[in-house]
Amino acid sequence: MLDRRPWRWASWPGWLAGSLLVAAGLCQADEPPAAPAKVDFTTQIQPLLRKHCYACHGPEQQEGGLRLDVKERALQGGDRGAAIVPHKSAESWLIRAVTGQDEALGRMPPDGKAPLTPEEIDILRAWVDQGAPWSATEATAASAPRHWSLVPPADPPLPAVRHRVWLQQPVDAFILARQEAEGVRPSPPASRDKLIRRLFLDLIGLPPTPQEVRSYLDDAHPDATERLVDRLLASPHFGERWGRWWLDLARYADSDGYEKDRPRPFAFHYRDWVIAALNADMPYDQFTVEQLAGDLVPEADIGARVAVGLHRNTLHNTEGGIDPEEDRVKKTVDRTNTLGTIWLGLTVGCAQCHSHKYDPLSQREYYRLYAFFNDLDEQDLEIPTPEEAAALAQARQEHAEKRQELRAALEAYIRDEMPAALAGWEASLAGLDASALAQRKIPPDIVAILARPPQTRTAAEQDQLSRYYRRIDPKAARLEKAVRDHEAKAPQLPPHAKAQSVVATARPRVTRIHQRGDFLSPGDEVSPGTPEVLPPLVARGERPDRLDLARWLMDPAHPLTARVAVNRLWYQLLGRGIVPTLDDFGKQGDPPSHPELLDWLARELVRRGWSQKAILRMLVTSATYQQASTPRQDLIQRDPENVLFARYPRRRVEAEIVRDLALACAGLLTDRIGGPSVRPPQPAEYASITYANSARWEESRGADRYRRGLYTFFQRTSPYPMLMTFDAPDSTECTVRRQTSNTPLQALTLLNDVVFFEAAQALGRRIVAEVPAEQDPAQSVKLRTEHAFWICLARPPTAAELDTVARLHADSRTWAASAPEQAQQLVGPQPPSSDRLEELAAWVSVARALLNLDEFLTRE
Amino acid sequence: MVNFPAGELSPQEQLALARRQFFTSSASGLGLLALSWLLKQDGLLAEEAPSTLAPSGPKDQTGRSASPMAPRPPHFAPKAKACIFFLPEGAPSHLDLFDPKPKLNALHGQKLPESMTANVRFAFIQKETAVLLGSNRKFRPYGECGMELSDFLPHLGTCADDICLIRSMHTDAFNHHPAQLLLMTGVPRFGRPSLGAWLTYGLGSESENLPGYVVLTAGRGGSGGVSNWTSGFLPSSYQGVLFRDRGDPVLNLASPPGVTPALQGRTLQAISQLNRQHLAAVPDPEIASRIASYELAFRMQAAAPELVDLSQETQATLDMYGCDRPEPTDVGGRGSGPNVFKQFARNCLLARRLVERGVRFVTLVHASWDHHSNLDEELGYCARMADQPLAALIKDLKQRGLLDSTLLVFAGEFGRTPLGENRKGRENETRLGRDHHPFAFSVWLAGGGFRGGLVYGKTDDIGWSVVENPVHIHDLHATILHQFGFDHRRLAVKYKGLNVRLTDQGGRVVHDLIT
Repeated sequence: MLDRRPWRWASWPGWLAGSLLVAAGLCQADEPPAAPAKVDFTTQIQPLLRKHCYACHGPEQQEGGLRLDVKERALQGGDRGAAIVPHKSAESWLIRAVTGQDEALGRMPPDGKAPLTPEEIDILRAWVDQGAPWSATEATAASAPRHWSLVPPADPPLPAVRHRVWLQQPVDAFILARQEAEGVRPSPPASRDKLIRRLFLDLIGLPPTPQEVRSYLDDAHPDATERLVDRLLASPHFGERWGRWWLDLARYADSDGYEKDRPRPFAFHYRDWVIAALNADMPYDQFTVEQLAGDLVPEADIGARVAVGLHRNTLHNTEGGIDPEEDRVKKTVDRTNTLGTIWLGLTVGCAQCHSHKYDPLSQREYYRLYAFFNDLDEQDLEIPTPEEAAALAQARQEHAEKRQELRAALEAYIRDEMPAALAGWEASLAGLDASALAQRKIPPDIVAILARPPQTRTAAEQDQLSRYYRRIDPKAARLEKAVRDHEAKAPQLPPHAKAQSVVATARPRVTRIHQRGDFLSPGDEVSPGTPEVLPPLVARGERPDRLDLARWLMDPAHPLTARVAVNRLWYQLLGRGIVPTLDDFGKQGDPPSHPELLDWLARELVRRGWSQKAILRMLVTSATYQQASTPRQDLIQRDPENVLFARYPRRRVEAEIVRDLALACAGLLTDRIGGPSVRPPQPAEYASITYANSARWEESRGADRYRRGLYTFFQRTSPYPMLMTFDAPDSTECTVRRQTSNTPLQALTLLNDVVFFEAAQALGRRIVAEVPAEQDPAQSVKLRTEHAFWICLARPPTAAELDTVARLHADSRTWAASAPEQAQQLVGPQPPSSDRLEELAAWVSVARALLNLDEFLTRE
Repeated sequence: MVNFPAGELSPQEQLALARRQFFTSSASGLGLLALSWLLKQDGLLAEEAPSTLAPSGPKDQTGRSASPMAPRPPHFAPKAKACIFFLPEGAPSHLDLFDPKPKLNALHGQKLPESMTANVRFAFIQKETAVLLGSNRKFRPYGECGMELSDFLPHLGTCADDICLIRSMHTDAFNHHPAQLLLMTGVPRFGRPSLGAWLTYGLGSESENLPGYVVLTAGRGGSGGVSNWTSGFLPSSYQGVLFRDRGDPVLNLASPPGVTPALQGRTLQAISQLNRQHLAAVPDPEIASRIASYELAFRMQAAAPELVDLSQETQATLDMYGCDRPEPTDVGGRGSGPNVFKQFARNCLLARRLVERGVRFVTLVHASWDHHSNLDEELGYCARMADQPLAALIKDLKQRGLLDSTLLVFAGEFGRTPLGENRKGRENETRLGRDHHPFAFSVWLAGGGFRGGLVYGKTDDIGWSVVENPVHIHDLHATILHQFGFDHRRLAVKYKGLNVRLTDQGGRVVHDLIT
């Protein structure tokens, strides 16, 4: 027994008393014989269980994973094993518990509640020994209706609707049918300028340029929107936008987390794999299999082995004194829970410590899932490009040659020149006595040799002397050091030429249930396996592995995988999941608002060969998606949560996109895809909050200063402040939904942060450069304001907005004229072109205002 | 409309002018919503202002209406209104500061029976050769209560009658970061809100111009980083805001180069107008929320520099905290660094100023108290750094009548072993230290309705195990929440299908500790 609660140990010096107590607890009381009379469940046992047990082991609570009011669950038992072993009362936990035979468990019911009377115990024991017959009328769990999400999706027909003309895609029928049933009308379609900005932000996370907006607005073809959608889905930026959402799930970061928080300089290969896979519309089944088990896929290419690096995104503790096994267990738990969240949509993590209170997942089943991930080891892959591999081979060759050269020089010196040097050294010592030699730190055995003339020394002695001298001869030491130094500098691949990956363990690890979630309290051994309520897993071999698990998930008959996936896609576009609890399709989660729609979409995903782009294309071309976002007075009362999807949800864009928008509108954005993570400017003192300077932040230069937000190096213990201010997840665990806060720190960031200030300066310059000044200054202001609005908001300003901007412009000009030094600072280092300083300063000022607008940050 | 040119006014005057005009203009038309929010902050409007624009009001992630920091009442009348939590990261030695053990000294150099260490995991100690390490500290009783404290804490000794010392703390985690997370968030894992986040979530903040939850670090910062003041799954408004020790106290507080207060005010005015024009067309409460958050940001730009301007404090106050005291030359080690003594003193004084200005929760962080070796010198450094300013903080709060409503906590993540550390490779170390010890340690609190002069709980003769009145971290949390007027079993947020609480892993209110 290992109990880490300290007060269980008796006080010094009588600490042995503690173990005596434990020993006493093991003595078992004599068991009285079982009552012979035939016991009736309904009249004798059920009332007894109800009185003493159901409060903690009934429909509401299942302490220790034990539920006694349902036959199937009662016989299955709890975390400790079988509560009722028919015919064997001595082996039944139920009996041991009510009699207080187990010291660790104590007597049940606990905590001062009245114990069972001896008579009651006798009846209970007799019932068990008679085979624990249950009443025929007692409902079993199996006969109760299954939870909706465990029933495979059906192929529901499209519902009939009255207002058929509204429909653009099959999904619309489901939405409209419910709206019509509830007497709610859909919102009118969004204006085309709103729609193009929405599509850009949702599909690629970048703003449309004024040219793109105009050409779309001028495109009168009925399929203009579809062509736009196809263009955006084909954009390489699509993978960046949708990849970032996946990275939230994958808890991707560029450092280990915890105290040391060491950087992961080559973690980015996984991120780039995600982007590339989404851009290529890799089918979701392959996308899944490669990430869960890419190392096991027969003839896996390097991509699959990078993809399985999903499992390497866990935290990793290298703190001194850590128990490596504890850290490995934590990671394995995280991998198990991540599987539950991403693919099953179940909060399996609860079952880590006890059988799930609400969902049919026992602690045993949890550790059977855990066992799949217990059988992996971490491994870094070398993935050089051909050029890098060739360069390495070349460098190794040169290194070997150079080493040969240095060694040859050393040997030549020893052979040819050192004897003379040794003789000279000996001569310099002539006349010194033994104590003087010892003072020079010459060891006694050498002193003894030196004391004799050379000709009287043996060859061995001469050799010993020469070996000693070689150590102190300056030139030999120098040559030797040159060899050593060179050897230490063996050529290596550049750090980014590796990737984080995993492999199956050579021999499977034994997995045991962690009692109460404590890995130091191992319970029964379990083998890899999937929960019983889900379809059976078909393994390739005797022992199922991760590849079997991944393929099991992607079986079209699996009730959860496709539903959970389409629900996420729907959520990302429509702001609310059909099942609002994206990560909980269990009994504690919310039921689907449109169950048939969810099933139809899930089936459609399979029908479309698991193509996520096909589903997205259908969704963004639906009438539901293309509704206006303007809040409606009637809906605020009627449907504040937008359950009926009677409008598009107006939402602030995510943290990374806030940055992307500002840089793109300013014309600063570098549109390179992928590569090592970068370090845009952040306050110098910020990184110093991490321990041991692990987070040294060397600002990226040149184009890397202006990369998209998702390429920002994510240091877990001191994450980039702007991202955190705008609710990026801290990447410590799988995140299915982000917060959307609205705080003064966001305001301070957009107003004052160096990145956004630079963007404002560049946008100001851009406005002035792209719209030539007119004769009439008022006309100039108008045209430039319009251009700025097209850039930032994809629409022209209203008259009131024009007026507000014109007044800000005028006041800023006045200010600049009165404060030329500050105005110079405001416009930045770039010298103003032909335009006057005041004009440029005024437009920088206007640009700052526009980049801070609520609308600028918002998908409307 | 701001009058230009602004060059004739001082920056402070320009700012005041911009603010006044800014707020005047926001009282018209569509600014009403924002204004009513402000008035509510000022307590001028008891109820949420009626608004035709946003009947549902801004909602946070957990579905509660109103501004996230609007003050709201707890479950019952609270004793404490603000908390200053000092986290000596790395875990101070209870045996050398708070819990005298003459018997340990007598047994110095002896081994422990194997029965006692058999099932224990150590971070670095090698069980086979480890021996007990007596303390070189002298303890003496202080105050009327006679609380025994070590000679490293002479200043805190003078506050003994205000201090509630718990010598029977224990925890579950024995590595730093997991244990810190347990101490700060209730579980030894990532993802849960910290105590400060729970309290600002539950109570809002009394400060109109500053964040409700502020973090001040001295020295090199701690190993836990932001996870020790995280809002977890609660909205980010409840995350601790790290005030910097140099330059501006809040990131991005200063306007960019060249942007004078007048221009900043004028720009904010335009932003506000444009947002309000958009709000008229698109009546989304989020826009109103953004308008309000820009107004608070603008107030913070003025309030935060005032906060850190210590020139308003008397020399006597500065001296009491030791704001100008010299850095030590005789001690050092892993907690040391340039100006750490001055910085920590200043942080303690800032904590009082924050509390005075209505901030709900202040976390003070200093690392590292992780004394695996060279204990006497390095703990000497850390203790001397903390002793005077913390004592000054107690006295200062008391003389201002704030100690009753302000809770001061001193709590490390665990204790240290009675065994001396004999880490592999350092067997011949003469300047010994102690390893991690979760089974028993000491924590103290002052104010906020905790019993001054109380020494609670007991460890065994060597300070290894708790033998009387054990207090788990969860119990500490439950008791602190109680003092803030919360039933810890009811302060819950639904997350991932569970009713998550600070104390959902356990915990009970320890009534003996409180008045």
